[in-house]
Amino acid sequence: MSILVFIEHKSGTLNKTSLEAIAAAQKLAADFGQQVSAVVLGSSSLAQEIAAYDLEKVISAESDQLADYTPDAYAAGLEQVVRNANPQFVIMSHTYLARDFAPKVAARFGKGLIGDCIRMSVDGGKATFTRRIFLGKLDADVVSEGEPPTFVTFQSGSFRGDQAVKGSGAAVEAMQVEVGEVRMKPEAPFQEAKQAVDLSKADIIVAVGRGIKSKDNLALAEKLAEALGGDLAASRPICDAEWLPIDRQIGSSGQTVAPKLYVAIGISGAIQHLVGMKNSQTIVAINKDPEAPIFDIADYGIVGDLFEAVPVLTEEIKKLKG
Amino acid sequence: MGMKILVLMKQVANKDAILRINKDSTWIEEADLSFEVSESDGYALEEALRIKEKVGGEVVVVSMGPARAKSVIKDALARGADRAIHVLGDNVVHLSPFAAASVLADAIREESADLVMTGLQSDDYGYAQTGVILAELMGLPHATIVIEVDASGEQLRVKRELESGWYQWYTMPKPALLTIQSGISQIRYATLKGIMAAKKKEIKEVTPSAEIVSKPSHQRIEKIYLPQKSKQTQFLGGGDAKKGAVELAEKLRNEARVI
Repeated sequence: MSILVFIEHKSGTLNKTSLEAIAAAQKLAADFGQQVSAVVLGSSSLAQEIAAYDLEKVISAESDQLADYTPDAYAAGLEQVVRNANPQFVIMSHTYLARDFAPKVAARFGKGLIGDCIRMSVDGGKATFTRRIFLGKLDADVVSEGEPPTFVTFQSGSFRGDQAVKGSGAAVEAMQVEVGEVRMKPEAPFQEAKQAVDLSKADIIVAVGRGIKSKDNLALAEKLAEALGGDLAASRPICDAEWLPIDRQIGSSGQTVAPKLYVAIGISGAIQHLVGMKNSQTIVAINKDPEAPIFDIADYGIVGDLFEAVPVLTEEIKKLKG
Repeated sequence: MGMKILVLMKQVANKDAILRINKDSTWIEEADLSFEVSESDGYALEEALRIKEKVGGEVVVVSMGPARAKSVIKDALARGADRAIHVLGDNVVHLSPFAAASVLADAIREESADLVMTGLQSDDYGYAQTGVILAELMGLPHATIVIEVDASGEQLRVKRELESGWYQWYTMPKPALLTIQSGISQIRYATLKGIMAAKKKEIKEVTPSAEIVSKPSHQRIEKIYLPQKSKQTQFLGGGDAKKGAVELAEKLRNEARVI
């Protein structure tokens, strides 16, 4: 048995989270005494590039219909590679693309994915995968049962891409795959009107979440941001409610930031938000719920009413800077 | 013409609820917990109602869960869904995504819907795959993380959210299955008239096949627990938010040196 790792790309450009998937697969392979093969769908040039990693081989699945991503074509391609390679594990990054087609592949093997994992451990020949449930409030240890293959996806940041081990040049094996009918017709991907605000360069960010309760209360956070000389940002629900424009949104569907100081006000810390800010240097969280996941990554925390804490914090900062 | 739209909605623990882990560490204590509809499923219903208002047809809400899931169904009927199917079972919320999709496929296949919609992932298990597996089992094309739907033409045209601010339009034939992203539109409130009208609407109860429910799952939760902290958080103020704010300003200045 072996381990198969899925490599994602956009028009031949590697999605860097796939290096994290390689690192995860290599770790699992070391624990099980197995080897890792990689699969690239529809880009032979990327298959060559990936061959630089310490892999048994790189399978380059080829078909004219794999030029553009569609769930039908990708599911057909990956299914054939998996049936042919017969791996014990199929490892992927939990990207939007994987979410879109990987469950379809797993379903053809009569199962789902062990999806969005953040850790794994191997003990006595048994792998345990940890995933977050209840929007990050709890962790669940999950084991795979039944026949292989086991499909596992890892959340971005669970492994480090720079720890994917390079090798002496893996063999690239071309494989023609039959795709059949593709029912979805994609148009070209695009970005909405240029983002007006680039928060990725901000030194200080004050971000608000659901706990702020109303649009009028945003003024509290604005005053704090002003006192700190920082920018105002928000979690998704605030932008969904149109209290702040979408270019202020931090998280997987918004901007990824790593400022010197990140102040999270009334943000519980759903995974989708955390991935966008967890690399901030100093993280402050103010939240009434002591179990809020944001406290898992916070350096400083205040458990309590933000409407009491924020005005005092603003005044204190003005005094210190004054 | 009109379209028959099925909306799959799951009842989950209230987002603000304090969760307690049960004795076996396999799930949460459900006694005294309040429940609500999983957020993105609420948006799926809203989008379905908007499509119906534009092109006509029927919206059928489908919820799988114990008797308490009736409150999600009644709320959906009050907002404007026409009728409901309740896949009733005490333990169905714990089914694996593949088993859940299999049960749902059985329950809705003979409806021959033009469109099946659901949220992109549930707020409890967060598997984010039941919809896609259901599409596969029913032989439907699908799109996930959808933030705009144009159902006016012969084919469906949907806008998908990609990562980091990118989007993409896809066209596909009907029938199809879509998983909807939160925030696609503003959710309407139920009106008093809607609540009254809902009382007369049909709720069909179906029982999942014992064969599917009892099949061993390919993934099993061994235990659940509070997340391990990746950082040692300094909690300030000892429960006094104002005192915490004073201490925090001092720490940011003298310890973290960020102001």
